[in-house]
Amino acid sequence: MRTMSKQTSYSIADLTRRKNQIIKASVGLDYDTYEHEGIGFDYENMMASTGYSFEDVQKIQQDSKVGSTPLIELHNITAYARKFSARGYGARIFLKDEAVNLSGSFKARRAAMSIHKAKQLGYEGVIAATSGNYGAAVAALAAKHGLKCIVVQECFDSNNLAQPEILEKARACEAFGAEVIQLSVGPELFYTFLDLLDKTGYFNASLYSPYGVMGIETLGYEIADTLKKETGKYPEVVLATNAGGGNLTGTARGLQKAGALDTKVYGASVNLEGLHMASDSDFNRKSFTTGHTGFGIPFAVNPDRSDVPRSAARPLRYMDGYYTVNQGSVFFITEALSVLEGLERGPAGNTSLAAAFRLARTMREDEIIVVQETEYTGAGKHHQPQLSFAKRNGIDILHGIPEQEIPGKNIVLPKSAAHISIKEVDLDRVRRSYLKRFKDTELTDADLGYLAEELNLSHERLERLLEEVRT
Amino acid sequence: MLVPKGTYVRIRTHILKPGERSEHVPEDTQSVPLKCWIKGWLLEEAELYEPADIETATGRRVRGTVKEVRPPYRHHFGDYVDELMLSRKTILQEMWGEDDE
Repeated sequence: MRTMSKQTSYSIADLTRRKNQIIKASVGLDYDTYEHEGIGFDYENMMASTGYSFEDVQKIQQDSKVGSTPLIELHNITAYARKFSARGYGARIFLKDEAVNLSGSFKARRAAMSIHKAKQLGYEGVIAATSGNYGAAVAALAAKHGLKCIVVQECFDSNNLAQPEILEKARACEAFGAEVIQLSVGPELFYTFLDLLDKTGYFNASLYSPYGVMGIETLGYEIADTLKKETGKYPEVVLATNAGGGNLTGTARGLQKAGALDTKVYGASVNLEGLHMASDSDFNRKSFTTGHTGFGIPFAVNPDRSDVPRSAARPLRYMDGYYTVNQGSVFFITEALSVLEGLERGPAGNTSLAAAFRLARTMREDEIIVVQETEYTGAGKHHQPQLSFAKRNGIDILHGIPEQEIPGKNIVLPKSAAHISIKEVDLDRVRRSYLKRFKDTELTDADLGYLAEELNLSHERLERLLEEVRT
Repeated sequence: MLVPKGTYVRIRTHILKPGERSEHVPEDTQSVPLKCWIKGWLLEEAELYEPADIETATGRRVRGTVKEVRPPYRHHFGDYVDELMLSRKTILQEMWGEDDE
């Protein structure tokens, strides 16, 4: 048996110094080998270095009761959107019912790969830092494969008030036998996570490792494959709820692997502008703990801010467009999904459904839009406890137009589905933010080639954006 | 209150004191400690609100202040929310209701 530690405190300075060594020992990958000279690294080589082929991933997931989820056409939601569309408009809306995966979300696809690798490399247990569905996914898969599991959550504010959604995730993790460590608000959670990796010697089931992202490629592949068989074509648009970027990245890569090269991949996030993600007092003033701009924008601007040296989730490489929706619209569409389709899901996973409802109105009725996930719902994470928690915390629940919503002050439920709206994120602005850190760097041709891939831009457009950042 | 050995409890520790917080966090967060809650089984009998050692679900031994004995789950499906019921009516009316025109 391993040496046990009774210490839960640590020195940030010490952990910072040993960070690379701890991460390396806990992921089973030497990230140094993918580094280029200059600013870049070999992304595709890193993705290929896992030792798993696409077929291996499919097989591993099948064996774990993960994947091959139903793709449901939402006839009533589509008809509802068409009531507000011009004649001939209102795309068919399909939904990939990822809630039927083991543990209730698409995160099981990611966890299945991490757990398989951890088991293969002989680790005794796994650790994941997550307040979301990924914790339940890792815990469930660890249980199935006989590994120990620790989940570290950011959960309480300084008044010991917890987000109900996060309490439910803790319960789910514990139901699968995991140890749950709950922290108060703050990004220092990362050091607790490092300290635990160091002291336990467990595997880092990072959402951002190649395993964590390649597991989602099957999702994109299944969407393309199923639709082609059922409708004779690939979808025009796939919408992914975007936070850390792995969901969108993996889905887009899977669509490409299936041959759906013309399908547009859009991200959607809940708009939480104005709320600080590391603020103790803002923590319980938001009604979404994931799928929001507080993760979506920073992780697009700097994917490598994650818990591994090079993130496999690189959304700007794959994003054809990015939209935000307000909290109230997501709650509204979650209610519509229940009472019109008999599907009680979400709410966070329905962020892209709210965006799809609005986008569908701008697309022809023979076009297809796919919302690529659902998640289980339950006590704490259902939209009713979310709204009642918000009310108890002094947030006003209003009926009106979504533009009136001020995150942290009110939640505006659209007074009609006609008012569900989306706001397009200026991707060039996000790209410029990405480029800012290189504004004083002498960039080589290799660097420029890397950046063009990172930002999915031609060399001409990259040069133009760099010019704007430098002046 | 004396809690018997082997009882399932929740302990709390302070990982970082207010002065030790990361310089990158906002002031409101800087001014409060980073706290941590873990559940497990008491290794020896202990007093409620006093320090004790527990063994966690993964077999780790950790020390902290006993805060809660047999901690329950308290989250639920929430209070009745009028505003949500109004949205439901809107949805059903817009979808299935008679047109006003």
